[in-house]
Amino acid sequence: MKLANENLGRRGFLAGSAAAGLVIGFNLLPGGARAAAAPAAAKTFAPNAFLRVAPDGTVTVLSKHLEMGQGSYTGIATIVAEELDADWSKVRVEAAPADAKLYANKLLGVQGTGGSSSIANSWDELRAAGATARAMLVQAAAASWNVPAGEIETSNGTLRHAASNRTAPYAQFVSAAAALPVPAGVKPKDPKTYNLIGKSAPRLDSNAKTDGTAQFTLDVYLPGMVTAVVARAPKFGATVKSIDAAATKKVKGVLDVVQIPSGVAVVGKDFWAAKQGRDALNVTWDFAGAETRGTDAIVAEYKKLAEQPGTVAAKKGDAAQALGQAAKRVNATYVFPYLAHAPMEPLDVVVKLTPAGCEIWAGDQFQTVDQSNAARVAGLKPEQVTIHTLYAGGSFGRRANPGSDYIVEAVALAKAMKQKVPVKIVWTREDDVRGGLYRPLFVHKLEAGIDAQGNVTAWTNRLVGQSILSGTPFESFGVKDGIDSTSVEGSNDMPYAVPNLLVDVHNTKTGVPVLWWRSVGHTHTAFAVETFLDDVAKAAGKDPFELRRSLLSDPKQARLKRVLELVAEKAEWSKPLEAGRGRGIAVAESFHSYVAQVAEVTAKPDGSFKVDRVVVAVDCGVAVNPDVIKAQMEGGVGFGLGALLHGEITLKDGEVQQSNFHDYVPLRMNEMPKVEVHIVPSLEAPTGVGEPGVPPIGPAVANAIFAATGKRVRDLPLTPEKLKAAQA
Amino acid sequence: MVTLDINGAKKQLDIDPETPLLWALRDGLHLTGTKFGCGMAQCGACTVHVDGKPTRSCVTPVSAVAGQKITTIEGAKSKTAEAVRASWRKLDVVQCGYCQSGQIMAAVALLESNKKPTDADIDDAMTGNVCRCATYQRIRAAIHDAAQSL
Ligand code: FES
Ligand code: FES
Repeated sequence: MKLANENLGRRGFLAGSAAAGLVIGFNLLPGGARAAAAPAAAKTFAPNAFLRVAPDGTVTVLSKHLEMGQGSYTGIATIVAEELDADWSKVRVEAAPADAKLYANKLLGVQGTGGSSSIANSWDELRAAGATARAMLVQAAAASWNVPAGEIETSNGTLRHAASNRTAPYAQFVSAAAALPVPAGVKPKDPKTYNLIGKSAPRLDSNAKTDGTAQFTLDVYLPGMVTAVVARAPKFGATVKSIDAAATKKVKGVLDVVQIPSGVAVVGKDFWAAKQGRDALNVTWDFAGAETRGTDAIVAEYKKLAEQPGTVAAKKGDAAQALGQAAKRVNATYVFPYLAHAPMEPLDVVVKLTPAGCEIWAGDQFQTVDQSNAARVAGLKPEQVTIHTLYAGGSFGRRANPGSDYIVEAVALAKAMKQKVPVKIVWTREDDVRGGLYRPLFVHKLEAGIDAQGNVTAWTNRLVGQSILSGTPFESFGVKDGIDSTSVEGSNDMPYAVPNLLVDVHNTKTGVPVLWWRSVGHTHTAFAVETFLDDVAKAAGKDPFELRRSLLSDPKQARLKRVLELVAEKAEWSKPLEAGRGRGIAVAESFHSYVAQVAEVTAKPDGSFKVDRVVVAVDCGVAVNPDVIKAQMEGGVGFGLGALLHGEITLKDGEVQQSNFHDYVPLRMNEMPKVEVHIVPSLEAPTGVGEPGVPPIGPAVANAIFAATGKRVRDLPLTPEKLKAAQA
Repeated sequence: MVTLDINGAKKQLDIDPETPLLWALRDGLHLTGTKFGCGMAQCGACTVHVDGKPTRSCVTPVSAVAGQKITTIEGAKSKTAEAVRASWRKLDVVQCGYCQSGQIMAAVALLESNKKPTDADIDDAMTGNVCRCATYQRIRAAIHDAAQSL
């Protein structure tokens, strides 16, 4: 099984792109039209925008979603192949071109990958696409064999008519099927007959990603291409005052020094020349409009705001009155730092700009947004901008941003260079860590009231932090009445049945650009809600699992309750642990998937601790590919744990203090716990798994540490130093 | 002119001898399997073998490896390398895949010097290789699996 990009060298890569463009161009036919419009392509069967079957029987699935590690290509292909009854060894995936009409994400309204929506979005669309194609192949065979279509069976890329003992591979009827009208309303399969869904077909990208042939943006080399490294402002919002490029121009291989809106680009014949040139560059910056505060000042301001009422995001009963009447009150304040995404492949992009159009190669997570932003900067129409989506070496949200920062920067540079040659911009790790668009810094203040019987009677949660969506073209999508849903998700809709609830929020402004980061608002709300609930359990004298169970009483929370119970069972929640070890539990619904986790931790008196084991229960509807789901839970646990233990971007006088993996520390092999994943069998429509594994891990671990030591750290990251201080 | 012995072939490159091997491989020879992740020996994405030893090519000037045998992911074809690759595929280790050339090169070097590594050996050998997708559990399992098959 091969992906389209696999095993292609530079020339093959370019030729492949061009060829795909032709075929796709003819593919895009509205429903009901004749499938074979162009005689030259009549042999390929392409009934819709999502798949085509070649004369040799190869099935190519066009993915509108980016493959950035989450397994979307494999999952998407599984859905199509299942309904088509395709031979899995003949299935490939190719990135769809940017086209808002054909390939918009139904959740986002633009072509883009986010909100853990790839599989949920594809479910109806691709089952229909696959089933329709299958029906047409059957129809073609029925006509040729002169038998009723209903008597023809299909499996593994083969058609069979039992009564007359005839079989044929799909390849044989590709041309005939291509000539048929596309039927409407073909029904997808009965789930009982699934052969691929639920069976963990191997990942389609494993081969290319283990022999070095997988094509990432960094691997694109176009004829005549130059490479640029950009000196960007050391404080957010600063601008270039003057440039001294004398030393830079002496560096061998440096070709040009170009001022662009985001800074100063040093263009070289290759990366090393450009990087050396940038090291030698002297830019004087104008800090007049820059953010010059440090994160200490920002946190202090947020903590003050947390004492003032904010905009109400959820209200039930009268929380103030219930708190006044409570037998016991519990409160806590949390600080969540800025976090960088730090995908393994730093940002990079290749742009080829000509008077007629613009071609962009990127691990593009936001195709039609990037297309229109690029068009605006280039002075072209969106349809003149072609996006070649390649594998992304991780993203975690960074490669989808409303301003398309890394894309428009390269288009601006190509334009400033008078479109002479294609240009690749490479961000160094330092550029990436210091480049902004962070998970916003948040302060949470929570208070709960408990009555004499130990019932939770009141819950308040005040959030202070920057809105991700306000002021962007996505404002109307997620901001209502001054509430950015991505700030409060998980807090305003927290699942526990508490009679009196008040959640309010302050949308702050800073000069630090922010963005969604794998699981977005849930990155902080789940931690606040789930660790605070354990504090409440302790004050009420209740077991954390039992308290959750009793508070998930609303029938709407049945699926969340189910994963809670499953994880407790699998982790043997009630089995005692030896001294110095603790178990913590946490649950979160995010992106319509339900995840519960139990973490087991060994903690030492010196503050050091180790997460030994994490048990995960997940309900994401139909498990299209259980092994990919497990992988995403494992990865979500590791990614979230890294942030909990180490993740922190701090600013001093407006300057980011971290720069690379030595001080913006990722989780490493020796810190990875043993992760065990249990999937709830379900016939509900599938939902996402890329993000939902992340929210529960932080609170599960913090709760385990609390169970082991009785101590809390509420100012993340949760470091041994802070835990030691709390234990002193 | 610098002459390098890469994957069994001699390559001549007209570059500054201080150029890191990583960029000579990538921009000079378009051997793109070796990746850039940090540029300061912090992530292992750029790991290649120099005379069989795992080496961070991002901080290794080409002048330091002239005359030595350099193996990249593209040239990793030894029995151990093929076993590692097979285990990686069998367990579907990869996610985004960007770190995996480096992970595989580090794992091959480990197994070539230690036929049955323990979990502690794996921690020692692999902790320098970052995977932001956190595929660590499967990397560990795949190393054990490859050791078993060898
Ligand atoms: S790029 Fe060489 S160790 Fe990170
Ligand atoms: S697989 Fe993505 S960084 Fe390792």
